[in-house]
Amino acid sequence: MTTAAVTAAQVGLVSCESCQLLSRPASATDPGFCRRCGEQLEWRRHASIETTWALVIAAAICYIPANALPVLNTTTLGSSEGDTILGGVVFLYTSGSWPLALVVLIASVMIPLGKLVALIYLMVTVQRGSIKSNHERTRLYRMVEFIGRWSMLDVFVDTFTVALVQLQPLMSVAPGAGVLFFAAVVVLTMLAAESFDPRMLWDATSPYPTRHG
Amino acid sequence: MRCGYQLAKQPTAPSDLPLALTVAAAVIFILANASPLMDLSVVGRTATTTIAGGAYQMWLQGEEITGVLVAFCAVIAPGGYLLFMLTLQIAARRSPAPYWVGEMLRWVNHFQVWSMLEVMLLGILVALIKIAELATVEPGTGMFCVGALVLLIPAIAVNFDERHLWQRVEWVDGETPPLLPEPIATQAPR
Repeated sequence: MTTAAVTAAQVGLVSCESCQLLSRPASATDPGFCRRCGEQLEWRRHASIETTWALVIAAAICYIPANALPVLNTTTLGSSEGDTILGGVVFLYTSGSWPLALVVLIASVMIPLGKLVALIYLMVTVQRGSIKSNHERTRLYRMVEFIGRWSMLDVFVDTFTVALVQLQPLMSVAPGAGVLFFAAVVVLTMLAAESFDPRMLWDATSPYPTRHG
Repeated sequence: MRCGYQLAKQPTAPSDLPLALTVAAAVIFILANASPLMDLSVVGRTATTTIAGGAYQMWLQGEEITGVLVAFCAVIAPGGYLLFMLTLQIAARRSPAPYWVGEMLRWVNHFQVWSMLEVMLLGILVALIKIAELATVEPGTGMFCVGALVLLIPAIAVNFDERHLWQRVEWVDGETPPLLPEPIATQAPR
């Protein structure tokens, strides 16, 4: 694919990630600091590939206990039972509110999983220097960045359920160990999306002066 | 001219609308945090909670990290966003805007990513419906305030022109901005 436009990197300029000011770098290896806002200038985010991989792998590990362990423990008159995320979805479905069950299913199960798969796919294609479907991959990245926050939904649901249902000795709800892992998945994937540098998606298509990292 | 009807009026200065929205949002934000989100009643017993109360309860129940995360996403990030937006917009009325406005702008962008009021609102609604099976739940004032904020905060973001502000910010090197040719970056941070 050829593009007529010249990128800033090709003419030896670097754009500030904070304020977007285009500067002539102090030197090719160390671009220096932005004159307007004082931010450190970078050709590409520092160690982007390594950081993103580390965060994605950590999130994938946390994903397993997040779904296997109960997120809520309900105690009703002495008897106690645990509820996993999927259990919560099933509860909503059987109690007749299937649209809500669908919302929770998408936000808590499908979005985190989809984010992990999407980030791994983007990383692998960048590392293999793929030049195929760049526009689609860029769109995928934007989607991952935009949609990520919505998986916090279940954390909020659990928090406010716990906060409200404190009617000892009648009934009380306590958070389970799963909540922590689930919150970790959300935060780690959000940080991973932030550390991934989308400009890398385009590096294979244009000659580029310095290396990743 | 003929009927005396006003044909066109001067558009309001572009920088005033986001400031007005921010002031409104800040007031509502304080209300949202001070008033109860919802009341729950079961056979004569009642319970009530606020946003911070939810996070605190999570902390009490042994999930300290989750509690802090909820407090951050639901109170600190949106609060910081509104506070910084308010300060920087007032400061930016001076020309050129002081350099720390740029520093604040950077913070604002970080807060915006982690401010999740709209996610929280949906989460509360789901929790309400789940609990409604067991008890009577009444949404409180705080709930409506959060609803208003969910509409107001994106409205600020849409009306706020970041690029325009950056052009008016005083540079860290203390010089007035020459736009072309491209400035050369400095070797050391300032």
